[in-house]
Amino acid sequence: MSETDVGADVTVDAIGSSCPGPLMDLIGKMKSVESGTVVELLSSNEGTEDDLTEWTEKSGHELVDVVDHGDHQSYYVRKR
Amino acid sequence: MTERIVVVGAGTGGIVLANNLAEDLATEIDAGDVEVRLVNDGEDHVYKPTWLYVPFGEKTPADATRPLTDLVDDRIDLTIDRVDGIDTDDKTVSLAGAGVDESYDHLVLAMGAQVTPEETPGLAAGGHHFYGPEGAAALRDELAEFTEGHLVVSVVGVPHMCPVAPLEFALMADAWFRDRGLREDVDITYTYPIGRAHGIESVAEWAGPLMDDRDVDVETFFNAERIDPDAKTIHTVEGRELDYDLLVAIPPHDGSDLVREAGLGDDGWVDVDPNTLEARGADDVYALGDIADLPTSKAGSAAHYAAGALADRLASVVRGERPTAEYDGKTVCFIESGTDEATYIAFDYEESPTPKPPSKLIHWSKLGYNRSYWLTARGVL
Repeated sequence: MSETDVGADVTVDAIGSSCPGPLMDLIGKMKSVESGTVVELLSSNEGTEDDLTEWTEKSGHELVDVVDHGDHQSYYVRKR
Repeated sequence: MTERIVVVGAGTGGIVLANNLAEDLATEIDAGDVEVRLVNDGEDHVYKPTWLYVPFGEKTPADATRPLTDLVDDRIDLTIDRVDGIDTDDKTVSLAGAGVDESYDHLVLAMGAQVTPEETPGLAAGGHHFYGPEGAAALRDELAEFTEGHLVVSVVGVPHMCPVAPLEFALMADAWFRDRGLREDVDITYTYPIGRAHGIESVAEWAGPLMDDRDVDVETFFNAERIDPDAKTIHTVEGRELDYDLLVAIPPHDGSDLVREAGLGDDGWVDVDPNTLEARGADDVYALGDIADLPTSKAGSAAHYAAGALADRLASVVRGERPTAEYDGKTVCFIESGTDEATYIAFDYEESPTPKPPSKLIHWSKLGYNRSYWLTARGVL
């Protein structure tokens, strides 16, 4: 998928960060936003999707969409 | 005209760099062609790894400090003052105490990291840490009185200084309580933010079974959002709650507002080329140690090795030569796995570490190195 209808309230740019940087950057942002907020995580690290899927399943926050931009991905996560 | 190198911060990175420059550029400094100025906001050098031993009564906060005047080469101009501004266009740093702007031709930022427990609601009031002299001493007093209950060692902030210290603390606490005959009355839980016990995969694979053997519970994907100091409960981003009797937290860390304000890094860490250590946001500015945003651990050894490479580069630059030395990410960390045994890891940007089997020999090597560290600070080791 290369586009989405999901609107992000906040964007975290972790492009270039190695594992587990992108997930940690996202979690840091999730601590400071209200319930229902959609956070877009930008990452170019190939391990991010697995890390993020595991974390959202365990945490109850929702991975609502993933968009592939070629050299990086957008992950949209809604805080529960 | 004298070429001026200004180094801000006299922690491991700053002091090793300055002393290496004094040696590499001795001839140029003596001739008045080069000046090296080291600016620090206190009169002492602090060896932070000492703080890990303070809570267990093995070291005191005073063991971690030596006067800078005992450690810094006579060729260095040592200035005790606080830098409160960096202007990379005018190439100056402002000194708060003296109220003057100091010009530089080459600026090296080595201010280290700050701990910011106040970032997590309730953490300052409800938790302890060993990432500073006062915190480590307060934790020592608390541990001395702690004879039963639930000890939680929780990594709240990532990245943090000394990447293996949280593991070390949990394993040392286990051994310390066993030695005192209290372990059956003390439950220990270690928590980590991601889905394994450590950010470095091989360290996590090594630590997991060891924690299991030592009866230390490991909770992963555990990110403290707030602490309730009255109820003694940790509430996490994942919606979990964990009760504790004594919380030892690795607090959130921050870089420096000076870095943000100077446009050298949005999140307070200096955005640098990982090999040349040159700042991406300004010319003739470099960073090393914890303040640099590098793809390696925030560890004293990383600062030490980076300082050697950067000293070589700067010496070449001021001589008008093409610099060829580069920092390859080399990092070495001892890991205490109890009160009388340890292992170590060595890695760089390319190679992942493999922890060796713990031994008493490595433990004593670590304690021996801690005593000889002052030679490292002097630029000898």
